[in-house]
Amino acid sequence: MSLLNTPFWEVFLASFDPAAWKSLVPAIWETLYMVGITCVITLVGGVILGLILTVTNTFGLLPIVWLNRSLSAVVNCLRSLPQMIMIILMIPVARMILGKAYGVNACIIALAASCIPMFARLVESSLLEIEKGKVDAAKAMGSSSFQIIFRIMIPETLPSLIRGFTVAIIAVISMTALAGNFGAGGIGDIAVRFGFQRFQHEVLFAAVYVLVALVQLVQFAGDAASKILLKKRHLI
Amino acid sequence: MNEYIRIEKLRKTFKTDRVCLEVLKGVDLKIEKGDVCGIIGFSGAGKSTLARCVNRLEEPDSGKVFIGDVDITSLAKRDLNIERRKIGMIFQTFNLFESMTVKRNIAYPLEIQGVAKARVKERVDGLLELVGIKEKGKAYPAQLSGGQKQRVGIARALANDPNVLLSDEATSALDPQTTLSVLELLKEINQKLGLTILLITHELEVIKYACKSMAILEDGVIAERGGVDEIFSNPNSAAGRIFLKVYQDMRRNPSYSGGEGI
Ligand SMILES: Nc1ncnc2c1ncn2[C@@H]1O[C@H](COP(=O)(O)OP(=O)(O)OP(=O)(O)O)[C@@H](O)[C@H]1O
Ligand SMILES: [Mg+2]
Repeated sequence: MSLLNTPFWEVFLASFDPAAWKSLVPAIWETLYMVGITCVITLVGGVILGLILTVTNTFGLLPIVWLNRSLSAVVNCLRSLPQMIMIILMIPVARMILGKAYGVNACIIALAASCIPMFARLVESSLLEIEKGKVDAAKAMGSSSFQIIFRIMIPETLPSLIRGFTVAIIAVISMTALAGNFGAGGIGDIAVRFGFQRFQHEVLFAAVYVLVALVQLVQFAGDAASKILLKKRHLI
Repeated sequence: MNEYIRIEKLRKTFKTDRVCLEVLKGVDLKIEKGDVCGIIGFSGAGKSTLARCVNRLEEPDSGKVFIGDVDITSLAKRDLNIERRKIGMIFQTFNLFESMTVKRNIAYPLEIQGVAKARVKERVDGLLELVGIKEKGKAYPAQLSGGQKQRVGIARALANDPNVLLSDEATSALDPQTTLSVLELLKEINQKLGLTILLITHELEVIKYACKSMAILEDGVIAERGGVDEIFSNPNSAAGRIFLKVYQDMRRNPSYSGGEGI
């Protein structure tokens, strides 16, 4: 059913028909798999990179200016690339790691390569929010840098870190939708193939519902988690 | 003279992009064991910088700081961290950890050394009792008043049984009555535990009320040093005379600040 020759509401009704969802359901799983794995990689990589960026800056716990400058430059380079270009650029990397340059796992590499730097910046900006006095107090008590990072900086800024991660997950979801074109499958792939190439717009609609629901769910969960923490600490 | 803290020719210059700000220009100061030494000076005189050089939150450019026999200024990072456990510090802004309950705040300095749980609990309970906020153990810092927060700050600073307490404007964010009660607590701690206290303030009342000796920091050096009564009766430095004049004006006209008494 195409919007070109069918009234909008008929397409709309057809989008709730099981027929429209038949090819979509397996794609949802593919998407969840890609998003899930990418998020885990982004979380780990982004936190590590964000921490290094934070503590090595001039006013940080362990100032190492050359490392900070070079990492920062690399992060900026990666962040300046649109997702499509990143996927192409990651072809050799994917081939090196996985032996092939297309498919779900190759796509995850490209997704992680653009999401880690983005999340690292969010982590950095959250960690920099911490009041200097708290770090001073921890230092004055004889904390090691390791203790300051893991017992003070991360717990104190956790609500903000969670909000940052929520933003990152949503970015992963939308990038995953786009990556579908490169043989990775998933909801985005279905939406483009059926909606654009075959003019089955009811399937496109259904795919949009799923994406919207997914993003709403993630945002809701992220907001709730950060709110619960703030409430617990009586900060709101 | 039993000199416990010795600060010798301490210099500190802050360098920002182009300007160099020479804050401490050779501070010499000796503090006896068990003393409560007030340091007063105008805003920007470098009082905080001086206090922060004592536990090296700020690295001095030159000069020495001794506590007992230990040369703080020459310690390597690891040894410095061990020595810092014996130097408590409290702040104007309290700097409590908002992610932790009051109890965990106080336990933190012990936890990072791996002190056994039962021992920590016992110590924390004792400290809560000492600072008079026994019922607040399970509260989060955001639920406390300023005075209660500073009591937590004091308890946390005392957790390691320090020999020295650095107090950087610890009462400056508190109302007069609460200031009085916190100073009372500091005096009590000084007597009970024999702790040497370096008390930074910009209010002469605070010194008059809580300190045994005092020093005036002016132009990056100690302009005057002596007993509180001695300096009160006959200040020699320009800053000393100004502080005394303001203090007397305020007493004559209590509506100025919080009122008579402090
Ligand atoms: N990290 C820093 N970088 C640059 N300049 C600094 C730094 N810390 C302090 N200063 C400057 O050094 C001077 C002394 O500061 P300090 O905080 O020691 O003063 P203070 O006597 O404690 O004042 P106050 O009563 O306002 O707390 C000020 O002019 C301040 O601007
Ligand atoms: Mg100050």
